[in-house]
Amino acid sequence: MVRPLGFLVGLGFITALVLAIFTTPLSNEPNVAYSFVKHPRHLKLASDGLVPHWDKAQLQRGMQVYKEVCSACHSLNLVAFRNIQDLGYTEGQVKTFAKGFQVPSINPDTGEVATRDGLSSDHFPAPYANDVAARAANNNAIPPDLSLITKAREGGKDYVYSLLTGYQNPPANLPAELKLGTGLHYNPYFPNLNLAMAKPLADNQVTYADGTKASVDQMAKDVTAFLVWTAEPKLVTRVQVGWAVFFFLLIFTVLAYLSYRNIWADKKH
Amino acid sequence: MSFPWAKPYEPTHPLMKWMDEKLPIPRLVYNATGPGYPVPRNLNYFWNFGVLAGAALMMQIITGIVLAMHYSANVGVAFNSVEHIMRDVNAGWFIRYAHMNGASMFFIVVYLHIFRGLYYGSYKAPREMVWLLGVVIFLLMMATAFMGYVLPWGQMSFWGAQVITGFFSAIPLVGEPVRQWLLGGFVPDNATLNRFFSLHYLLPFVILGVIILHIWALHIPGSNNPTGIEVKDEQDTVPFHPYYTAKDGFGLGVFLLIFVALTFFSPNMLGHADNYIPANSLSTPAHIVPEWYFLPFYAILKAFTFNFLWIDAKLWGVIAMFASIALLFFLPWLDSSPVKSSTYRPLYRWFFWVLVADVLLLGWCGMQPAEQPWVILSQLGAIYYFAHFLVILPIVSRIERPLPMPNSITEAVLAKHAPDAASGPAAA
Repeated sequence: MVRPLGFLVGLGFITALVLAIFTTPLSNEPNVAYSFVKHPRHLKLASDGLVPHWDKAQLQRGMQVYKEVCSACHSLNLVAFRNIQDLGYTEGQVKTFAKGFQVPSINPDTGEVATRDGLSSDHFPAPYANDVAARAANNNAIPPDLSLITKAREGGKDYVYSLLTGYQNPPANLPAELKLGTGLHYNPYFPNLNLAMAKPLADNQVTYADGTKASVDQMAKDVTAFLVWTAEPKLVTRVQVGWAVFFFLLIFTVLAYLSYRNIWADKKH
Repeated sequence: MSFPWAKPYEPTHPLMKWMDEKLPIPRLVYNATGPGYPVPRNLNYFWNFGVLAGAALMMQIITGIVLAMHYSANVGVAFNSVEHIMRDVNAGWFIRYAHMNGASMFFIVVYLHIFRGLYYGSYKAPREMVWLLGVVIFLLMMATAFMGYVLPWGQMSFWGAQVITGFFSAIPLVGEPVRQWLLGGFVPDNATLNRFFSLHYLLPFVILGVIILHIWALHIPGSNNPTGIEVKDEQDTVPFHPYYTAKDGFGLGVFLLIFVALTFFSPNMLGHADNYIPANSLSTPAHIVPEWYFLPFYAILKAFTFNFLWIDAKLWGVIAMFASIALLFFLPWLDSSPVKSSTYRPLYRWFFWVLVADVLLLGWCGMQPAEQPWVILSQLGAIYYFAHFLVILPIVSRIERPLPMPNSITEAVLAKHAPDAASGPAAA
């Protein structure tokens, strides 16, 4: 009974699928944007690979770029000032750094909306009070929070670095439907090529304390390295702990294998 | 228990004797996974995966309980509570990544466990009940994994919940009310997140219960083996402990090494970038893709693009997707061949490997956007999937002439170790 019924059910599905094959066009709608979108360029960082470390000088430069450039529009909600001790700052330096920010608060006497100096336990304050304000100030596009940006985009850090350095004039053969909308900027690394964010970096836009020349490429690398850290501050710890666990288990596995061989030595199987 | 020569439990220590009279748990363990459970001597490494699946479930439960101590199931804070675990909870990043990749490891070992059963005919009499309970576990796992993926409340969480609960709206007449009842609203929202969290915490313990039944049902006939020949006498078996505890110990080590490499060195490899963007009901991701372990079924869903008879394409897809798993319940009766192991099934063996390739192809297609050639490949893949179980298998099991089989497990083992290995039919 199961077999004849199953046979009929099977034929039903197969007929529906065969009809589906013959009614689905074999050619795709041409997607012209595909031929203009570029694959992200690879960015090599100290935090890559199986023996990563944080290049603290680079992270500090990257934070400077975030603070002086990106933070005008982009929040960094998940990062607290206390976290930047990871970047090689002392507790005192962190306190001073935090004090330089004004964070939303209330007046302790009247309860009215106010601001106060930042504390180490505060998070980086957001540039806009809310999404409506962010949208209104940015041509109807909300600048995304950057805390997780290198994990939240296909291509990760490579994508962020490529996007920051990828602004150019639209190619002459760009079809009309891909032409820029008002207030949009051409960037071949952005999936639909039209980006609301204007080119954010220009040479010597920041002055690095360590004397590194602030080219667009250098600033893009530094801020991307910083955003890799903000996306996963535990990245280096993770890989280091991983090796310890891996070697411990490797020894366990070798011993388990030897005891397995030993126990089975007299049994053919 | 299962065989007359099983070693009886004879406690010697007074405390163990006392315990045995009051609550014989040591006896249960002894007879279930100890020296009191005789197992075929010729099991290969594919028989490790049942124990590994159990280990994976235990790790998911332990890491999950810890995560639940720090997670908040509220749409306003769920996403940030996961990031709080990643950043501020001691070793929280490890617990969270272990849970995330543990789900993938669980599915990897369960898929290998299922295909082991398919190759060696473990679903056949006298083990039909073991197989049926296994399919129930698989369904429960899929429900649990889906609801777990919704909890971080990222973009894929939200849109995955939207798409998957949308399946129910394909049901005629009652579809939309059923969907709203499941979601507790018109779109996935706080009510959805809360019930998914509740069920995600509940279902693993239901799985644990069904696993106990699965093992209980297994222990009545005893394990299948690579020859598919039933155990005849004592020399066909070895006691589970120490023989298979040692082998499973080694298997567990290899499993953990892979698990650790994934968790510590490439924890986001199997995930999706969009799930690091907080859920936003106003912005649909370019490609909504489920987790990798659902991809073959997702490809079957998308393969139906034609309104056939009075059923529209969407409903066909939903029915076919559920049918692709439900048909596994009928497998013991679809395959009428008395021979279990593919080693002695020259024809079925080929179709088995085509099925493996087919499921991998469907998985690959499930990942792709709805464009050619992926659409036609998933249609062809889905045709083979249904044809394999519902048409080919019943016919093959009728017309196939099995290869000559050894008389017993021991004979097969000894033939393999004979100096002239080509002499016996079991040499393969």
